[in-house]
Amino acid sequence: MTPRARWAIVVVITTIALGAASVYGAFAFARYQQRQQTPPDVAIIAAPSSPAGPVDNGPAQVYFRNTASGADFGHVASVPLSSPQGARTITDQVCDRLYATRTDRVCLRTNPGILTTFEAVEFNAAWTQLRTWPLPGIPSRVRIGADDTVATTAFVTGHAYAPTTFSTATVIERGGQSVNLEDYTFTINGKTITAADRNFWGVTFASDGDTFYATAATGRSTWLVRGSMSRRTLTAIHDTVECPSLSPDGTHIAYKKNVADGLVPDWRIAVLDVATNTETVLAEKHSVDDQVEWLDDSTVLYGLPRAGQTGDSDVWSIGITASAAPSLFIRHAWSPAVVR
Amino acid sequence: MYISVSDRPGGTDDEADDAARVSRRPVRVAPTVVALGFVSLFTDISSESVAAVLPLYITAALGLSPLAYGFLDGLYQGVSAIVRIAAGWASDRGDRPKLIALLGYGISMLARIALLFSTGLGAITAVVAFDRIGKGIRTAPRDAMITASSAPPILGRAFGVHRTLDTVGAMVGPVLAFVVLLVIPDGYSTVFVLSLACAIIGVTILGAFVPNMRPNAERAQSARHPLKMRVLLAPALRRLLIIAALFGLLTVGDGFIYLVLQSKDSFATVWFPLLYVGTNFAYLALAVPFGRLADRWGRMRVFVLGHGALLATYVLAALPGIGVVTTVACLLLLGVFYAATDGVLAALAARSVPAEATGSGIAAAQTVVALARFAASTGFGVLWFTLGRTGAITTVAIGLAVVLAVVVILIRRMVRSGPVADQRPRPPVGVQ
Repeated sequence: MTPRARWAIVVVITTIALGAASVYGAFAFARYQQRQQTPPDVAIIAAPSSPAGPVDNGPAQVYFRNTASGADFGHVASVPLSSPQGARTITDQVCDRLYATRTDRVCLRTNPGILTTFEAVEFNAAWTQLRTWPLPGIPSRVRIGADDTVATTAFVTGHAYAPTTFSTATVIERGGQSVNLEDYTFTINGKTITAADRNFWGVTFASDGDTFYATAATGRSTWLVRGSMSRRTLTAIHDTVECPSLSPDGTHIAYKKNVADGLVPDWRIAVLDVATNTETVLAEKHSVDDQVEWLDDSTVLYGLPRAGQTGDSDVWSIGITASAAPSLFIRHAWSPAVVR
Repeated sequence: MYISVSDRPGGTDDEADDAARVSRRPVRVAPTVVALGFVSLFTDISSESVAAVLPLYITAALGLSPLAYGFLDGLYQGVSAIVRIAAGWASDRGDRPKLIALLGYGISMLARIALLFSTGLGAITAVVAFDRIGKGIRTAPRDAMITASSAPPILGRAFGVHRTLDTVGAMVGPVLAFVVLLVIPDGYSTVFVLSLACAIIGVTILGAFVPNMRPNAERAQSARHPLKMRVLLAPALRRLLIIAALFGLLTVGDGFIYLVLQSKDSFATVWFPLLYVGTNFAYLALAVPFGRLADRWGRMRVFVLGHGALLATYVLAALPGIGVVTTVACLLLLGVFYAATDGVLAALAARSVPAEATGSGIAAAQTVVALARFAASTGFGVLWFTLGRTGAITTVAIGLAVVLAVVVILIRRMVRSGPVADQRPRPPVGVQ
């Protein structure tokens, strides 16, 4: 083959490959624009109906990430607890993951750009920004405890040459001090665990201002751990538990339980009765990859991705008895937080 | 095209390359090396653009948590190491390195097509596994082709040029991916299509511009040795493998160093996900200068020097009161470490075995280093939790200082105790 022929082949194939990719990109852009302009198939109230003060005294609400296509995709929205399927109020804030209480709101977000970074932002109930701090990777979980203590979990990224194993960074922010759960003492059956691959994620706070629960993992095993902020300890109390969530009355812990034999996980929602230590696996047949939220003391909320619609999801509810059936709670929503 | 004609059983390259220091004629890096550099550039754009957005895609778009992905990833590292040795051996044995390399690049290209249709975690991890296998297959034959097309005196520079182009691709890939996401926020499939296009371009350049060389057949018949597994036990390679393994056992992943910096410096905290970009910048700027330095001053010396830079990184990271300057210095030193060790190791390995075993020799060295570093990262994790961040990095720094001293003494003794190199007359080098 002559050099000229070689060049011709390379130029032609490069042009076709890049041309086809550009055409695909142009269509994807057009589709995106179209989606942005199509009115979403959910009712929306643009302005906050009743601007809250630093403390929200209004009726109970559910805050969530709006995933309905359109200009408000990714924004925090809320619906009254009395009418979750009704019109949603959209805020200005864009969050990947959020949590809210009567006094405090925390939003974990990705700042897209050529240099993509991640941050946590804390607001009061009037959505006035209080402070912001960087996250070491992709936002995953956030919870707020008593005294506006905040726990965040991020998937650590950016290890170009390191083994590409993902690890989690879970940090509890309290009174201006932040402590990584890796600095806590972790024990299983009284034995301190110092394994290199131990990871912690998915914190849920108890109301006493000291106790919390979280997931601990080493190797392929996961544990439910009870933590103490004052003593900086994590004690394993149950195995095969991820992303625990304590019920408002403190009597039950809901979590995702991996029931798969193989390497690809398959998570069911399970509920542990704290007093009797009995576990009930709920009837939701889809794999649930979420930290569930409690609607009330006998019902949990969780997100499920919409099949075939990348980036869209719905929030479902299910009673905590083994026979209860799931029902659709809020369409086009993710990361629910109930403000009672 | 230059075909290495030297016969050098047991020859270490420092001494074998005396000719290089004698003749200072500027010799250009072979077109084949540049072509392979562009193959790697496009392939790296392809793989790094996907790698940059994959975690976001899994979490934000698919609504899954990527932890399970991590569990699987360790397995693939092991598979990749085994495949690499086999591919190096096959490339030497069949004497068709281009075919084996095409197979490796081709598998990765097919994985990109499969990625377009994968939506589950299982499917995505399978695709990533195939990509890894492709990478494992192509590395050794590619480096063997770089060796076969380069005059021994400029082998370090040739690898430097290749690694520079390779790293440019690794830098461009994530930027391209994030620009796409900036324009089309849910444009993950566009990133995947663009990645496939770049993979196709890489394979095309390989097919069109890299000659279907048969390095062993083209070599003078008299200089040929039958290829035996024994070549991997050649004293020069064995020494190199031992030294590389010792160093590798004290090379903890960059990720850990970034974590140390992040825990001490607010600058590093904010820019944590991007610290590797700084390291890559230094690496691509320095790969050629350090390759040249290796050719002139001695490859083993530069390899040792690179680990000196790594030691300096550890020491800086262990110091109290870290600021922006220390962080930037650490990133630069890590860049120096990669520039002085990655391509140089391939050049060292290539020159430590008979020419017909180049692929196997390179594959052996790279696998030993990969396994040793994997062990180092695992072990460092244990230290991290038992001694704390600073204690762990101080321990590793002391270990590396000791190994550095031992290696320097070993090399001095080898040089002093006389000829370890091939003493047979060599044909003139640099024949184009």
